[in-house]
Amino acid sequence: MKPGSFLRFARRLPLSGKVGLTLVVFWIVIAVVGPFLTPYSPGAFVSEQVFAGSSSQFWFGSDFLGRDVLTRLLVGARFTVGLSAVAVTLAACTGTGLALTAAVGPRWLDELLSRLMDTLISIPSKIFALVMVAAFGSSLVLLTLIVSITYVPGNFRIARSLAIGLTKLDYVEVATARGEGRLHIALVEMLPNMIRPLSADIGLRFVFIVLLLSGLSFLGLGLQPPDADLGSLVRENVSGLGEGALAIMVPAIAIASLTVGVNLLIDAATQGKVR
Amino acid sequence: MTAQPHVKVRNLCVTVKGPDGAPLRIVDDVSFDVARGEVLALIGESGSGKTTIALALMGFGRGGAVISGNIRVGDATLDGASGTTLASQRGKRITYVAQSAAAAFNPSRRVIDQVIEPALIHRTASATQARARAIELFRALALPSPETIGSRYPHELSGGQLQRLMAAMALITKPDLVIFDEPTTALDVTTQVEVLQAFRRVFREQDATGVYVSHDLAVVAQMADQILVLNRGTVREQNAVRPLLEAPVDEYTRMLVAAAHPVVQAQPPVIAQPEPLLTIANISAGYGPVDKAGRLAHPVLSDVSLTIGRGAAVGVIGESGSGKSTVARVVAGLLAPTAGTISLDGNPLAPTVAGRTREQLRRVQIVFQNADVALNPAHNVGDILGRVLRFYHGMKGPEAQRRVTELLDLIRLPASVADRRCDELSGGQKQRVNLARALAADPDVILCDEVTSALDTVVRGAILDLLADLRRDLGVAYLFISHDIATVKALCDEIVVLYKGTRVESGSCDTYTAPPFHPYTDLLIRSVPELRTGWLADETAQLQVPFAHLAEQSDLCRFLPRCPVAIAGRCDVDAPPLRAMSAGNAVLCHRTEAELAAPHVLKV
Repeated sequence: MKPGSFLRFARRLPLSGKVGLTLVVFWIVIAVVGPFLTPYSPGAFVSEQVFAGSSSQFWFGSDFLGRDVLTRLLVGARFTVGLSAVAVTLAACTGTGLALTAAVGPRWLDELLSRLMDTLISIPSKIFALVMVAAFGSSLVLLTLIVSITYVPGNFRIARSLAIGLTKLDYVEVATARGEGRLHIALVEMLPNMIRPLSADIGLRFVFIVLLLSGLSFLGLGLQPPDADLGSLVRENVSGLGEGALAIMVPAIAIASLTVGVNLLIDAATQGKVR
Repeated sequence: MTAQPHVKVRNLCVTVKGPDGAPLRIVDDVSFDVARGEVLALIGESGSGKTTIALALMGFGRGGAVISGNIRVGDATLDGASGTTLASQRGKRITYVAQSAAAAFNPSRRVIDQVIEPALIHRTASATQARARAIELFRALALPSPETIGSRYPHELSGGQLQRLMAAMALITKPDLVIFDEPTTALDVTTQVEVLQAFRRVFREQDATGVYVSHDLAVVAQMADQILVLNRGTVREQNAVRPLLEAPVDEYTRMLVAAAHPVVQAQPPVIAQPEPLLTIANISAGYGPVDKAGRLAHPVLSDVSLTIGRGAAVGVIGESGSGKSTVARVVAGLLAPTAGTISLDGNPLAPTVAGRTREQLRRVQIVFQNADVALNPAHNVGDILGRVLRFYHGMKGPEAQRRVTELLDLIRLPASVADRRCDELSGGQKQRVNLARALAADPDVILCDEVTSALDTVVRGAILDLLADLRRDLGVAYLFISHDIATVKALCDEIVVLYKGTRVESGSCDTYTAPPFHPYTDLLIRSVPELRTGWLADETAQLQVPFAHLAEQSDLCRFLPRCPVAIAGRCDVDAPPLRAMSAGNAVLCHRTEAELAAPHVLKV
């Protein structure tokens, strides 16, 4: 995307979309440059006091072990944004790709894929992760794969129902009558008309993935200390909840602003006349 | 109170937010009166603001529209009224009959409960009283078995019956004003007559005051006392029905009156004996699984044959459910026939698209009724046309671009349309693009499936003219499918009448101007509203149907349960023979030519 067209896109967004765009851009910037801005080492115990409040030395206070929250936030954002973005892209591409195959393919293939996805959806995600981590050991690649496999069936179901609805429409029939191949019908006639509802779904799934990653981290299946994503920052400081410590508030607000920003942007970008 | 008109609207304006954020006036300074017991028709093409005015009468503005002006109904003033005041008026003093009654009824509740609901909500009657009144209204609306019809669910009733039930719902509270919003537009022409007759009778009996919104001048001529002609939100002309139809003052009104009768200017070249191009022989088709005896669960077509000559236009007419769209789908290869053959230039075509060559596919193109869903909203016009050019002719780049411009010129749209997406075009423009996509293939035959049905009369006329011009200039043949015999007559030189999937009559266009016809053709022709007042009154004489109690049987005449001239001992025993009439048309009927030609036979 050229800078000019990006600016034009941004200007045409409604206010909510602009807020969303600002938040998303902010978090992407943090994810890219955050680790270079850290005032301390992310694993260092720098404060005498645990759950300290805001001070000029520690802007966001200290956590349950006396580490600098700002530092850990700057480092953790990269994991959350990066892992979730990769996982959601993988999940959406696989799910939608299979859904289109099912919609334009023969009946038995649709049946086979649908039952396969039903089987997958019936496995609890955390148990699935537990088994996988036990079998292969925890790594970033494995985590991404686990999370994306978990969210493929949901995306598949939504994309398939959208695609099946589209196959009944006249323009798809016209293309069929013209003699177009299945690939053309799936990618040119159907996919562009599924983008809007699918984007909303992807936004939602992004939020779920952030939450699942945090949950896995809490169970010790996710990122291994001293690395930590935003979710594990919340989980590890959960004992500070009673006293309203900044160490738990700040990462929670960070997750909220990231997910709300993504959803605002997607809503605005897909509902208006913005292409 | 005597000096005051019953409904008085002054300086009504409706303003919405335009696409650029600036306020846009969609109804501009409209004033009118309706006297008690009279019906005022609002007429105009789509976008003229007629529905907006009708909704504004109930104090309702769609999508945040702002209503200003004075609206008085009876002794209630509606402008500036609050939500609760409006709620107490709506459904009680002012009621509304929507275009699609089938979509307006709740499918999970019995009809009677929904019909009496307004009376119960507004406490104008007890449930027992309301039920009694509902049954009285059902009887006035000529609904079958008025005592028990209410206990059915909406899906068990036909579209015409639901539309009448909705009128009963609107009249249950004895309202001051009933608003009819295109109540018969979605109905078949034969059903429309029945519904219009029922509406008229009930209006006279109940002495109701109404506003009737329609785009069809001929329908309005039967229903209304006064007509208000609208164009782009302003009043063009207002007058009583007869003077307005006979001597329209405004230029726009004249155009509407002229467009009511589709006439095509371009005369196609007369080919004495056109060589057959597309031959459809003894086609049967349907949907659903096949049973052991080889019959389909839902048979639609049985034994339909027709031939389209090179450069000819063949019309297929019939009401909904007659299988006319299925004919197009079978020919296009979207639905495999269970029997019969289709051949192009003498070469048989494979039953489905998968078995046909690209060249065969190119020569037969299909155009669907609804351009809103027939054009992919994700692509712009240039892409849609360009894809066809590349697919069939391998055209790319500047060559394709030039051809797109040519095609747009052919359908009389500016070249700039190529860069626009379909949702930015008007209904008529979309239908032209829809047609251009078929033309891009340079086809020999275009299958037009109800291409003018969703359009206004004025736009319809323009599209018909375009079709006739293209036929003259390009020599393309049409299979033109429609439910409207007037449209088909204007364009086609041969007409096939389908009833419940059987061909009941076929012949050249001229044979449809005077009897003998098949009794169903006769019903179709007589059902088309004429542009004069009092037409409906002439038609009120209900014909006796001797076999109305019989269910339809596939081995007898399908039309038997509705036929007014059926002969006992013949029609209910044997299948009808195909009789050749001296005028050249073939009729599937037991009656002889002499019997069908004599007008009195219909009153036997």
